[in-house]
Amino acid sequence: MSRYSALALLRGALTGQKHWDRAWRDPEPKASYDVIVIGGGGHGLSTAYYLAKVHGIRNVAVLEKGWIGGGNTGRNTTIVRSNYRQPALHNFFDFALGLWEGMSDELNFNVMFSPRGAMFLGHSDSDMTSLAQRGDALRCAGIDAELLTRAQVQKLVPLLDMSPAARFPIYGGMIQRRGGTARHDAVAWGYARAADALGVDVIQNCEVTGLTIAGGRVAGVETTRGAIGAGRVGICVAGNSGPVAALAGIKLPIEAQTLQAFVTEPVKPMIDTVIMSQSLHCYISQSDKGGIVLGGDPDQFPSYAQRGLPNRLEKAAAEAIALVPALSRLRMVRCWSGTTDMSFDGSPIISTLPVDGLYLNGGWCYGGFKATPGSGFAYAQLLATGAPHPLAAPFGLDRFARGATVDEAGVGPMPQLR
Amino acid sequence: MLSIDCPHCGPRAQSEFAYDRTLDAIVPLAMPPAEAMRALYTRANPRGWSDELWHHRFGCRAWLVVRRHTVTHAIESVIGYAP
Ligand SMILES: Cc1cc2nc3c(=O)[nH]c(=O)nc-3n(C[C@H](O)[C@H](O)[C@H](O)COP(=O)(O)OP(=O)(O)OC[C@H]3O[C@@H](n4cnc5c(N)ncnc54)[C@H](O)[C@@H]3O)c2cc1C
Ligand SMILES: [Zn+2]
Repeated sequence: MSRYSALALLRGALTGQKHWDRAWRDPEPKASYDVIVIGGGGHGLSTAYYLAKVHGIRNVAVLEKGWIGGGNTGRNTTIVRSNYRQPALHNFFDFALGLWEGMSDELNFNVMFSPRGAMFLGHSDSDMTSLAQRGDALRCAGIDAELLTRAQVQKLVPLLDMSPAARFPIYGGMIQRRGGTARHDAVAWGYARAADALGVDVIQNCEVTGLTIAGGRVAGVETTRGAIGAGRVGICVAGNSGPVAALAGIKLPIEAQTLQAFVTEPVKPMIDTVIMSQSLHCYISQSDKGGIVLGGDPDQFPSYAQRGLPNRLEKAAAEAIALVPALSRLRMVRCWSGTTDMSFDGSPIISTLPVDGLYLNGGWCYGGFKATPGSGFAYAQLLATGAPHPLAAPFGLDRFARGATVDEAGVGPMPQLR
Repeated sequence: MLSIDCPHCGPRAQSEFAYDRTLDAIVPLAMPPAEAMRALYTRANPRGWSDELWHHRFGCRAWLVVRRHTVTHAIESVIGYAP
């Protein structure tokens, strides 16, 4: 792998930029691997990278049914932050945020991580109380959180509707300045390139259609490109955890739902922080290209359609326009959906499964992009050693039977309420 | 949006209905606790046909069993739920 650098770019300028290698190989599957990771999203690729980098396990394949990053990695609204209320969550996500901060250097790939601040708006006294409580919890854990007055919010985002007639009055906010956005495709490409350089086989157009289990232990996978043996198999398929676990006869505390996002035509910089809301479900940010990226609620019933309901889009657009009236002037250019793995406490599952050698990383709901490096790091440790990373220990599958769920929204086993 | 043909009210927009859970997640009172936990906390989560409990919340308020395809959203049948 030739390193990307300013010098290499300059050298290329003299030779027509013809010296670049392909970013990762396109290998044929081998007969067997020490570890197979199913799913070439950001999480699967980062898992493979840390398996090779941290644990020295290089006989690894990532099997992706389509193209890498074509799942939720390439469909999300790219928000990265660690300001969750529950300690298990904010500790884990803050570990991930630390890895985001060094990711471009680590991977020698510009993932355009942009810590432009992630701000929650408060629309009532009770919103502000819960933001203050959350902020206190974060500060006690050494995680940055800043409560903002109404005037501070207005200064940060002058285009917010602060008038007395505003549909959603703004009482103040809470910002995590280290939060922000990243270029989602680049995250998949960067991890794929770095993993490939360490010897990992990134195999696209290779769908896993069966799991080979012998004597209670996983022995390999069946794929659209033939059977492949494996010492260990890690499921990491975002919205498809249900069907893939079913290949081993396992039912999970997960339900698939559709989540949508959309983007407007590109405009000059108008919103330079990420805006979220404590009581609405709408997030607004501006991409580096200029488009305003908006997301809303899941459809709230099981779906693998990757095509959401228009009323969800309408609701998100109505809320966004009420918050930032200037957005009503912009044309929407694209909308799309992803299938999310809604877990029954809203928290991820990084866990062993009842079949030896088979592991699960899933249940990221609508919030797993920000976890990408931490998720891969912790899952690699589980796959390499069989024991969970301490920060991922609260996210084992056994928590549901033990009554030790990590439930940020407090709605129990009802993903349609989440 | 789906069109759901309520046996009492006829075809109505999905926004009148609320999805509740899949049929395999209904927990009768007499169910042993371990089994009830399993029913509450796991799902087949099929990529295909699924039997689901829906509530005609802003209509006749009946509970209905909707057999629906989770990829195409096609609805095969809607019948009243009899526990
Ligand atoms: C619209 C939307 C907005 C979101 N916004 C945010 C956000 O702002 N911030 C945030 O933190 N999170 C967000 N998320 C959630 C986030 O995108 C996901 O939690 C995260 O990307 C999931 O992990 P992943 O990257 O590995 O998944 P994916 O990229 O989906 O990777 C899984 C891969 O597995 C492959 N696969 C599936 N089945 C098989 C099989 N049988 N064989 C081989 N391969 C298979 C798929 O093709 C896919 O490429 C959002 C999600 C959506 C849909
Ligand atoms: Zn009815």
